[in-house]
Amino acid sequence: MKIILSEQQIALTVKRLAHQILEDHLQLKDTVIIGIQPRGTHLSDRIVHELSALVTTSSIRYGKLDITFYRDDIRKELHVPNKTDIPFGIENKNVVIIDDVLYKGRTIRAALDALLDFGRPLKVGLCVLIDRRFSREFPIQADYVGTAIDTFSSQKVKVNWKEKDQEESVVLI
Amino acid sequence: MRLSTKHLLGIKDLTKEDIELILSTAAQFKDVLQRPVKKVPSLRDVTIVNLFYENSTRTRISFELAEKRLSADTINFTASGSSAAKGETLLDTVNNILSMKVDMVVMRHSASGAPHFLAKHIPAAIVNAGDGINEHPTQALLDALSMTEKFGHLEGLKVAIIGDIMHSRVALSNIYLLKKMGAEVVVAGPPTLIPKYITEAFGLKVEYDIRKALQWCDVANVLRIQLERQNQPLFSSLREYNLAYGISRKLLESLGKEITIMHPGPINRGVELDSDVADGPYSIVLNQVENGVAVRMAVLYLLANREN
Repeated sequence: MKIILSEQQIALTVKRLAHQILEDHLQLKDTVIIGIQPRGTHLSDRIVHELSALVTTSSIRYGKLDITFYRDDIRKELHVPNKTDIPFGIENKNVVIIDDVLYKGRTIRAALDALLDFGRPLKVGLCVLIDRRFSREFPIQADYVGTAIDTFSSQKVKVNWKEKDQEESVVLI
Repeated sequence: MRLSTKHLLGIKDLTKEDIELILSTAAQFKDVLQRPVKKVPSLRDVTIVNLFYENSTRTRISFELAEKRLSADTINFTASGSSAAKGETLLDTVNNILSMKVDMVVMRHSASGAPHFLAKHIPAAIVNAGDGINEHPTQALLDALSMTEKFGHLEGLKVAIIGDIMHSRVALSNIYLLKKMGAEVVVAGPPTLIPKYITEAFGLKVEYDIRKALQWCDVANVLRIQLERQNQPLFSSLREYNLAYGISRKLLESLGKEITIMHPGPINRGVELDSDVADGPYSIVLNQVENGVAVRMAVLYLLANREN
């Protein structure tokens, strides 16, 4: 087991990602933040928390998207659905999707499908804490990356969040 | 995470965990039904046949809508106007349909046990949409979802099931489900419509005085008097049934407490329920119908994923 990011590094990375998102979306005008359920929302909660200190909080539109019903592996494995909560329209908005790990790209593929059922966004960006560069199965890349790592497919990346896993770290198993 | 069964033949075969999984999945599908695009692509590679050997409005429309909302392909079969009228057997009909690459069968039949028979002979997943006087599992599940939404829990809830217990598959499925989920159940109605084999098998309390039953309960699930299944008169007249066991607004208002009224439909207005009760503030009849689509989506979704 190897530690990729420590608690302190995660905090710094979250700060940087928030700033990078803000660079491209000044004051978050016409921008919405969407966290992917269930594990991406821990990261999006933190990023939105950072952002709220940088802009007037009323301008942040933040939703959560569950992609279970849009997965392409329904026949193989059943996942328990979580709540989708997007209390605003995304028509003609800049959307930033936030997830913890980008690996094969299938989750984001499903997320794009799911998102389009809520309207036609102007532009969709992707922000991830960890980009596992090898073994992508779709032509999908992230716009905001915490850390990019090269791994074997036999390895596993685990992101631990305090509120769920009692500690905050990213480890390679 | 998956159901413990391959088919949904009855609540009898489900575990408490199965019921909880179906209800929590249904709650998410209910959310989908509120969106601008009320549809998800989950079952786009699944074909479902709706076999209806018995009349139905709500259940058939509800299943068909659930299938379409899941992006499944659907075929509808009704016994009248089909080769069943020419004498084709159930198994022949189903095997012919399945040879056209159908993955799931939703079936309603007037013979109790018909879906259980099919389950033994065909590979497709079967969902029972009501078999004779046996079970109507998706109705009990949508009733459970409606009660959970209203009260937040099923455990400890006091439910009175009122009316034609003998001929009601809704009653049997509800009793199985409520018992498994830890609710308290009382059955009420005329003695001729409450068979001992049901009350004894489940250890149910029986109440012949409708007023007492209503006074005790949080929810009254009022059943339809099924005249089509009675081959001998079990009470003297509909008018008399209404006077003794019908629920009127006046009766509800005299209870000194608020109770919730459910009915699986179709309602015999002026027999088991008066119109001002069916359409009144205590009734959640239309919520039940709304929840039916979400519950059926959950059942189809959870059964479709099994590997063959």
